[in-house]
Amino acid sequence: MTVLLIVLGIVGVALLYVVLTYNGLVRLRNRVEAAWAQIDVQLKRRYDLIPNLVETVKAYAAHEQATLQAVVEARNRAMAAPTGSHEQAAAENVVTGALRQLFALSEAYPDLKANQGFLGLQEELTASEDKIAYARQFFNDSVLRFNNKIEAFPALLFATAFGFVQREFFEVDGDERGPVAVRF
Amino acid sequence: MYDQVGRNKRRSWLLVGTFFVFTALCCVAIAYGFGLGSPGIGIAVAVAGVSAGMSWWKSDAIALRVSRAEPADPVVYARYHNLVEGLCIASGLPKPRLYVVHDEAPNAFATGRNPQNAAIAVTSGLLEKLDRVELEGVLAHELAHVRNYDIAVQTLSVVMLGTLVLLGDLALRFAWFSPNRRDSRDAGPGPQAILALFGLVVIIVGPLIAQLFHFALSRRRETLADFSAVEMTRYPPGLISALEKLRADTTVVRSGSRATAHMWIEQPIDEHRETSKLSWLNKAFNTHPPLEERIAALREL
Repeated sequence: MTVLLIVLGIVGVALLYVVLTYNGLVRLRNRVEAAWAQIDVQLKRRYDLIPNLVETVKAYAAHEQATLQAVVEARNRAMAAPTGSHEQAAAENVVTGALRQLFALSEAYPDLKANQGFLGLQEELTASEDKIAYARQFFNDSVLRFNNKIEAFPALLFATAFGFVQREFFEVDGDERGPVAVRF
Repeated sequence: MYDQVGRNKRRSWLLVGTFFVFTALCCVAIAYGFGLGSPGIGIAVAVAGVSAGMSWWKSDAIALRVSRAEPADPVVYARYHNLVEGLCIASGLPKPRLYVVHDEAPNAFATGRNPQNAAIAVTSGLLEKLDRVELEGVLAHELAHVRNYDIAVQTLSVVMLGTLVLLGDLALRFAWFSPNRRDSRDAGPGPQAILALFGLVVIIVGPLIAQLFHFALSRRRETLADFSAVEMTRYPPGLISALEKLRADTTVVRSGSRATAHMWIEQPIDEHRETSKLSWLNKAFNTHPPLEERIAALREL
């Protein structure tokens, strides 16, 4: 009788442990998914802001056509690239570079720099660039936590059985936050 | 960086543990020295716990009211809102409510019982004097306080300190009206009297030492928030240059006082300017480590 109770107790504790670990893994996996979605949200926000910026700049610096064109093209290429692919990441880098070039150029136009709408857009675009970088950072942090958890000993035993597989990190070539050479 | 965050967390919990053991021993010494027994301890814990717990529950409302903070308009303070949103994405926290204190002195604080009910307030001086990356560093420090549940840690610390002070007070009053005061005089200095004398010493020295624990814990959590902030932004120079600007600035927040000193990113009291020249005794009563030390620690990352 006592032996039976002890066995039942051990089985119960083991079962409880598996349930709790499973729930923990689900939470972490969902967080990875949410973090991934957040990157897209931020990218989309930037796509939406770019046409406004281009219109505003055009009014003051119409003969910077080449730079404006480069921004628009980079944006369209990035939007067309499949979500989450390496091409998209590369295209996003081009957008970032083109935008920096545009803002550097605006230094030469005092009227443009004094425009409230332009200043607001500049703030929004700088912020959305930061948010994209942070969303990627959070995605990678979440992936790291998830991978650590399913690779660590007790969870390792049943993680694959429940269909938890390692996720890949998001990697960007080059230093995203570093300075970009500006061509005049 | 991760090591620093982990080490600071461990040290602060060690400090909380030592603080707890110390307070418990003092309470036992007082309670039995004055014949209050465990009911006395129970009353003191309950009173200190309830009062501190209530201020913890309402911490955001109280702190914001005391410092005369106003809600930050998302259009006027677009940069402030954007930076916090970015940091919240980076750390996976919900966005706290944002406030501005109209004051020339650059400073900031965070409050709220948990990340869901958190609020951050910055002075208008801070928004004017710091550039984007510096401001981001300061906001990350505040958000780190939110993520690390520093208001809860602070409350715990206050409960322990408060219990000790209350119990001492209770013991003194109780001893005054106690009938066996006369008995012990007749019997000469018996074991009862020695116990009471010991209790009296604890009543005087205990709260002083407990206060040192309280401040040490506050300083430890500040250092932890600095490191957590850098973990969020991955950019130590931002916070370093912000702290350097705070050090160079000599204006002091008008609505700051000793009571709210622990909340701000920099002590809002004038005297800390000379901290580096002060003795260790003065330093021990500060809620923040000297800015020089914080900058030096961040430079090592």
